[in-house]
Amino acid sequence: MAEPIHLTLLFAGGAELLFDRVKRRDVVLPDLKDYLPDCGSEKWTVRQLVLWIREFLLKEREALFLQGDEVRPGILVLINDEDWELCGTMDYELQNKDSVMFISTLHGSTSVTSRIELYTP
Amino acid sequence: MPVPCRGGCGNNAVLKRPKTGDALCKECFFWAFETEIHYTITKAELFNKGDSVAIGASGGKDSTVLAYVLKTLNQRFNYGLNLMLLSIDEGITGYRDDSLETVKQNRDDYEMPLKILSYKDLYGWTMDEIVAQIGRKNNCTFCGVFRRQALDRGAAMLGVKCIATGHNADDIAETVLMNVLRGDIARLKRCTAVATGSEGTIPRVKPLKYTYEKEIVMYAHYKKLVYFSTECVFAPNAYRGHARALLKDLEKIRPACIMDIIYSGETMSVKEQVSLPTQRICSRCKFVSSQEVCKACVLLEGLNKGLPKLGIGKSSKAKRMLEEYNAKQAEKETVLKDVIQDLNDTSISDDTGHKNRKKDSNKENASNGESCNKNNCCGGSCRSKTNVDVAASNKKLDMLLEQYGLDDNTSDKKSIKENGVTDTNVSDENGVTDTNISDHSDDETPFNGQEEDDTCSSACGGISVGF
Repeated sequence: MAEPIHLTLLFAGGAELLFDRVKRRDVVLPDLKDYLPDCGSEKWTVRQLVLWIREFLLKEREALFLQGDEVRPGILVLINDEDWELCGTMDYELQNKDSVMFISTLHGSTSVTSRIELYTP
Repeated sequence: MPVPCRGGCGNNAVLKRPKTGDALCKECFFWAFETEIHYTITKAELFNKGDSVAIGASGGKDSTVLAYVLKTLNQRFNYGLNLMLLSIDEGITGYRDDSLETVKQNRDDYEMPLKILSYKDLYGWTMDEIVAQIGRKNNCTFCGVFRRQALDRGAAMLGVKCIATGHNADDIAETVLMNVLRGDIARLKRCTAVATGSEGTIPRVKPLKYTYEKEIVMYAHYKKLVYFSTECVFAPNAYRGHARALLKDLEKIRPACIMDIIYSGETMSVKEQVSLPTQRICSRCKFVSSQEVCKACVLLEGLNKGLPKLGIGKSSKAKRMLEEYNAKQAEKETVLKDVIQDLNDTSISDDTGHKNRKKDSNKENASNGESCNKNNCCGGSCRSKTNVDVAASNKKLDMLLEQYGLDDNTSDKKSIKENGVTDTNVSDENGVTDTNISDHSDDETPFNGQEEDDTCSSACGGISVGF
């Protein structure tokens, strides 16, 4: 039984709109063997996290967040406030108490009737 | 595993620069980011000491970062610029009203004066009202064309030397792609220019021309700048959306492609035999135009005449629409004259032919509404002849209306938009609505991509490249 992984997920730049407008979520990931027994990975990486987010958190317009099974280009990801490109992007191995932030630079191609909140870092 | 900063400062890197691939720490990143913008400004000599510069401010990330960086550089390198913020209020409820609050915060944070100009004041229409007329399909055209001109007008009011806009490298690469995709050679030629503007216009400059969007977002994040994550409430331009998605995909594989596309755009030369539109002055509003009458004036005329699709699509189509419209007007004028004649006759004769007169006064009424409201309309250049006739017969008309108990709801008190609608029904006495001319073109119009445009500089992530 692996240690449970506690994460802080942050959504900004408009990405929060896809997640019920909630900008910060503290989550606990289940045991990866239970969640994705066939994923071929022992440990949680961003790759599995994204699938988990899609299943449990993403509320609308999946295409604005994902492209296939990966984070859509145009969404910046920061892990512990650092560019994920410095730590392996999708293959970064998540650690307990990590924070993962998604900042969107994209705009919807479908109309939204609601307002958008300010991005306050 | 922390990555050391490439700057050799001993700190850990926080980001990988897309342009160079360098891993930098926060401080080195700030320095590189600001210095590059400084280099763009000085190399292209965008400003002169003592200039007043308006920053086109939407409250979004680009203009917020631009305002912050220009203020910083102005102090650091002693540019001697007098910076101010210029915002356009398109009148989009739930979008611009909110983002303008951010601009007001910029004003306070950066201690710059702010001027807000609204479409309502300039054109008599808000985007909400325009969309109610035109639908959600071509609204970006209106918004883009009007904003471009509105910025010019605002800059003229402020008396500034130039307008700085927040267009970033991704925006410009996207526009190069767009212009290639639609064969718009004229725009392709000028869309990469760091400063645009010809004689008689206020130049636009793009200090963030070589700045990646990713870095702008990271800069705003690390500097804790507050911005509005804009997403227009109206459907953005789908074609541009595809170009943008393509670019982001390419950038992921090879980030340098952004700079390379810009470079291609800059260095591409156009064959001599390709004819390019010449710039001239719009005969109505006196702003720069590539046509006899500028796009903004055509769009506005369309709105005010109840032909909102006038400026959408090919100009030949617009011409046909206008001809039909004018023919109708002429017809109505004839009818109007008859009516007045009729009224004059009947007022002294007995009251025979009640039915006819009732019908006629209906017509009169409707025509009455067409009078040119100079404030909202075309600056007085449209057919306002009816005004005179109508005014002369108003008293008589009112009497008649009262006599027949008719509701005077189409009188000239009504706004011009409503008249447009009334208009199209006028000629039909049987209540079968005469189809609005513009409706024919609703879906069949494969609208002319070239005109469809530079669209939304803020909302759709689009870009409006100056004249």
